[in-house]
Amino acid sequence: MNYHNYATRLRIDLCIRMLHAYFDGKLIEKIDRIPLDMRPRGGEHARCCIYRDRAIIRQRCISVLGFGTGPEEDELTPLADYARRALERTLIEGPVLHVIEEGCSSCIRSRYEVTNACRGCLARPCMLNCPRRAIRIVQGHADIDPALCVNCGKCLGECPFHAIIRIPIPCEEACPVDAITKDEQGRAVIHFEKCIFCGKCMKACPFGAIMEKSQLFDVPQQIRRGCRVVAMVAPSIIGQFPGSLGQIAAGLEKLGFCAVVEVAHGADMTARHEAAEFTERMARGDACMTSSCCPAYTDLVKKHVAGLAPFVSSAATPMHAMGAWVKQQFDPQARTVFIGPCFAKRHEALFDSCVDYVMTFEELGALLVAREIDVAALDAVDVEPAGRREGRGFAVSGGVTRAVAGLLADGAGAPLVVPALVDGLSKKTIALLKTVARERQPGNFIEVMACEGGCVSGPGVVAPGAAAVRQLEKFLENSQAIRNGCADQHSHAQR
Amino acid sequence: MKKVTVRVCSGTTCFVMGASNLQMLHEYVPEELRDWVDIQGAHCLELCRDRNYGAAPYITIDDEIVAEADLSLILERIEQRVRG
Repeated sequence: MNYHNYATRLRIDLCIRMLHAYFDGKLIEKIDRIPLDMRPRGGEHARCCIYRDRAIIRQRCISVLGFGTGPEEDELTPLADYARRALERTLIEGPVLHVIEEGCSSCIRSRYEVTNACRGCLARPCMLNCPRRAIRIVQGHADIDPALCVNCGKCLGECPFHAIIRIPIPCEEACPVDAITKDEQGRAVIHFEKCIFCGKCMKACPFGAIMEKSQLFDVPQQIRRGCRVVAMVAPSIIGQFPGSLGQIAAGLEKLGFCAVVEVAHGADMTARHEAAEFTERMARGDACMTSSCCPAYTDLVKKHVAGLAPFVSSAATPMHAMGAWVKQQFDPQARTVFIGPCFAKRHEALFDSCVDYVMTFEELGALLVAREIDVAALDAVDVEPAGRREGRGFAVSGGVTRAVAGLLADGAGAPLVVPALVDGLSKKTIALLKTVARERQPGNFIEVMACEGGCVSGPGVVAPGAAAVRQLEKFLENSQAIRNGCADQHSHAQR
Repeated sequence: MKKVTVRVCSGTTCFVMGASNLQMLHEYVPEELRDWVDIQGAHCLELCRDRNYGAAPYITIDDEIVAEADLSLILERIEQRVRG
């Protein structure tokens, strides 16, 4: 589904309204009116009526405030209560993802349906070949009894008129690890023991019913309390906002961050570590090594492909490396905020003492709009330490491999990198990873990215697609490499 | 046929509210109209002032302001204007 749709627009609009109230110092007073303001009496509605819409917006407000709805809370708990708790809170709790119950349309269970292209033919192969006898002819048309249908799909292949269609359930279809299913009422339920927090269900749901528990107010609240808050921006931020990295950093400073650092600097450290570790592993005869920077992938290994664990690099993720750098080199008291396109990082940060908060580009966008900061009109500020081409390249699929291979090129006795790329986690690519665990390696360096195309197409981006990628590529070309002419040396190695 | 100038606002608000999707607008203009359309990036057109962000992204076609601009709406207006 394209990022540009009404569900996304509604989410951003809601965040901006809530932030306006917050910056006016009136979040607690005004928040209960927001659902009414967004769906005024006599106005348009997306569902059956304005009241249902308001109920869903109310639940969205709760998510943006960073809560799920517990069993002890119901419609009589005012949003103001949640807002008060959000503003007082200093600790973040998981799980970071939840289903907006009212929002879930409870997509039908039976995935196969007979359309009116059915001619009620004489042969009736659908009926005869259904192993559960779930198909009957009603008023001259085939009809599937959902109580009997087991979704085997045989009928679909049998119909000579292609009159039977398969209706996918978008969230279940998108989940690569079968972690989302339906309860008795048909509503989606996430099984957190299986979930790898890739965010694909969130992106796929056409009703926007899966939301993350946001930290949108925790960050400005820390700033308001006078804490030193450091923004750690992921390299994929290039192309997400109009303007250069220095201008985006200026915008962040205007929002009250005391410093802006590049996570790419942490990725440079990760790349160096991986290059050294790869050399060591090859020398001791390991069959392969995989990257470790994508937290959805490392969670996948933990929960679903344990056999791969010995091959995963021990390198810290760029986010952790940078968080540790800020706490050690900059200010141990500083609060760190990772700003990126990633959803799995929100989960990762829960268990990382070096990273206090996580914000998506979408949330940063809402903050900039709420404070009326025009990034492209600002004077650029320096971002120190500058990331290098290797680390900045982690944002696109293939970038980790390029960095590691580049660092190893020309090194005396360095092992030859035979790269393999897993570009996006899906049921298919996970099956491939399982064969790697059983010692059938497609290469000796395996880079895994949960999002197809890499972090640039993460669930938290504002500007998906080719235009952003093009800008990032240009940015990489103009970045200095750790090893001069990283790309040249790569071809050198192949010579 | 009449030549038109399209300005796409690249203020933060418009960008976040959907103008990022309009960066490749020129590629979507039908070939027969391309010579008649001049697409320019623009600094913030200041149409989102006073918290009027809800109707972003904004673009202008000559002196006409188009709010809640998306690809199909813009292309429709361009065609109307060019063909007069």
